[in-house]
Amino acid sequence: MTAVWRYGRPSLVVLLAGLAVGVPLWLVAVTSAKPQAEAIEPNLDLPRHWQPSANYADAVSQGEMLRGFLNSLLVVVPSVVLVLLLGAGAAWVFARRKSKLVSAAYALCISGLLLPPAVITIVMELRQLGLAGTRPGMIAVYTGMYLSTSIFFMTGFIRAIPTELEEAARMDGASPSRIFWRIVLPLLRPVIATATIMVMLYAWSDVFYAFFVLGGGDRATLPLNLYQVASAQLYLNNWHLVFAYVVVMSLPMVAVFLVGQRKIVSGITSGAVK
Amino acid sequence: MADTVVRTRKQQSAAHGAPKGVGRLPRAAVHHPWWFALPAIVVFAGFFLVPNLLNFYYPFTNWSSYHADIAFTGLDNFRTIADDGSLLRAIRTTLVYALLAALFQNGFGLVLALLLEDDSRFNRFFRAVFFLPVLISALATGYVFQALLDQDGALNSVLGTDIPWLGSTTWTLVIVTLIHGWKWMGLSMLIYLAGLKGIPGEMLEAAKCDGAGPWRTFWSVRWPMLAPAVTFNVTTALIGSMNTFDIVQATTGGGPAASTEVFNIYMFRIFGQGLYAQASAMSLVLFLVVVAVAIPLVVGLRRREQLL
Repeated sequence: MTAVWRYGRPSLVVLLAGLAVGVPLWLVAVTSAKPQAEAIEPNLDLPRHWQPSANYADAVSQGEMLRGFLNSLLVVVPSVVLVLLLGAGAAWVFARRKSKLVSAAYALCISGLLLPPAVITIVMELRQLGLAGTRPGMIAVYTGMYLSTSIFFMTGFIRAIPTELEEAARMDGASPSRIFWRIVLPLLRPVIATATIMVMLYAWSDVFYAFFVLGGGDRATLPLNLYQVASAQLYLNNWHLVFAYVVVMSLPMVAVFLVGQRKIVSGITSGAVK
Repeated sequence: MADTVVRTRKQQSAAHGAPKGVGRLPRAAVHHPWWFALPAIVVFAGFFLVPNLLNFYYPFTNWSSYHADIAFTGLDNFRTIADDGSLLRAIRTTLVYALLAALFQNGFGLVLALLLEDDSRFNRFFRAVFFLPVLISALATGYVFQALLDQDGALNSVLGTDIPWLGSTTWTLVIVTLIHGWKWMGLSMLIYLAGLKGIPGEMLEAAKCDGAGPWRTFWSVRWPMLAPAVTFNVTTALIGSMNTFDIVQATTGGGPAASTEVFNIYMFRIFGQGLYAQASAMSLVLFLVVVAVAIPLVVGLRRREQLL
C-alpha cells in the first residue's frame, strides 16, 4: 500500500492536473494564437500559422479592453476599500460590545452570507435614486453584497485578539478613532488580505450584477465587455479573439494570487474553519 | 475625549459604586462607539435589505417597460409563471444544479486535499495549479468549456466522436454542474486542507497504534474531524450555486429547450423583455427557496458537528 501510494500519488496528481487544468488552459493558449479559420472548430493542435500578436492586438482594440480594464478598476477598487473599511468598523463594534441590540445588528448584517441579492428591485431602487447605470450605483451594490462576508470574517478575527493592546492605548489617552486606525486596522492585516481576495474573486469576474446595474455601453466592465464581444453576431465563434481576451482578462487575478499566494492561502483557510 | 476616558478609569478604580463613566454613557459606548458600525449598517440596509424588502412588493404589481405607471395586480405574475411552467422548472433545475454542483465541488475538493495533504514543495505547486480555475472568471470558464464540448469542439475532435455534449435535455445539466465543480474545487480543496491540518497528530498516531488502516482512519477519525470544513464548504457551495449565472449563460444560455434555465438565467431573459415585475416575482421565489434550503441546512450541519 505505502509503496503504491508513494509512487502512485505523484503520478496521479500530475495526470489529474494535466487533464483537468492543463487541457483547458492549453486549449485557451493555442486557440488564442490561431487565425480565425483554424480557430472556428477549436481543437488541441498547435497553430499551423502563428499570429498571437495580431489576435491580442485585435482583442484589445475591438474588445475595448483598455476602457473595460479602467472601468473594472474604477468599480472594483472602491468597492473593495469600502467593504474593508466599513466592514472593519462594524466588526470592531460587533466583536467588542455585548448586548441584545448588538447581536441583533450583527445577525442582520451577516444575513447577506446566505440571502441572495434582490437584483431586480436593486435596479428599481437605483433608478429612483438616480444611480442606475452609474459607477457609484455599482459600487454601492457590490459593497452591500460583500459587506456580510467581510463583517463575518473580521468579527471572528477581532474576537480572537486580546483586548489588552486596546486597553493599553486607551490608558495612554488614545481616542477610539485613533485606536481603530493605529491598532485594530493593522492587526486585521491577515484577514484584510483574505477579504480582499474574496471580494476581488467575485467582483472582478461578475457579469450578472454588472449587466443589471451598468448595462452595456461606456461603463461596461471587463467581463461585461467579454460577454458583449462573445455574444455579438459579428464575433460569434471567433474563439481566437474570445480566448485572447480571456487570457488578458485573467492575468491581473493570477498576478495578484502569485504575489500574495501564501497570505491568501492562509487567510482563506484560517477564516473558514472556525 | 482622551482625558475623559482616562478620568473614567481612575474614578472607577478609586471609588467603587461611584457613577460609571462620564456623561452617563456606558463604558462600551465610549470605547466602541456605534458610529463605527453605522456606515456599514446604512450601506448594507440601503443596498441589500431594502431591495429585498421591495422584492416583497413589486412582484404583485404590473411594473414593466410597457406601462408608465405601476399598479397593484395581486397574484397575476405568479399565476403567469406558474401557468407557463417556468416556475416549477426553474425551481427544479436550480435545486438539481445546486445539489450536483455542491456534490462535485466538494468531492473534487476533498479528493485533491487528501492527495496534496503533506506540505512538500511538489504539493504546494500543484495546490496552486488546482486553484487556477478559481481565479479565472466564471464567464471565461464557460466559454472555455463551450469550445471544448461543442459538437465541433476539441473533445469530440480528440475522441473522434460526434457527441452533442451541450445538446442533451437530460445530461447537459449534469455536465454544466461538473464545470461548476471544476471551477470552484480549488477553494474547497484549500478549506479541506486547513481542516486536515487542524487534526491533532496524536489522534492519528493513536488510530495507527490501535491498528487502523488508512480507510478506517479516514472514516473514523479524519472525516468526523473535518465536520466544520464540511459545514462551511457544503453551505457556501449550495447557496453559491443557487445564485449561478455566468457558467450556464456562457455554455448553454439556459438551453437546450430551457433544460438548464436556472433562476438567474430566467430573470436575465425576462428582464431583457421588459417584464420587470415578472422577473421580480421569480427573484422572490429564489429568495424563498434559498431561505427554505439554507436554514435547515445550517442548523442540521451545526448539529452534526456537535454530535460527531
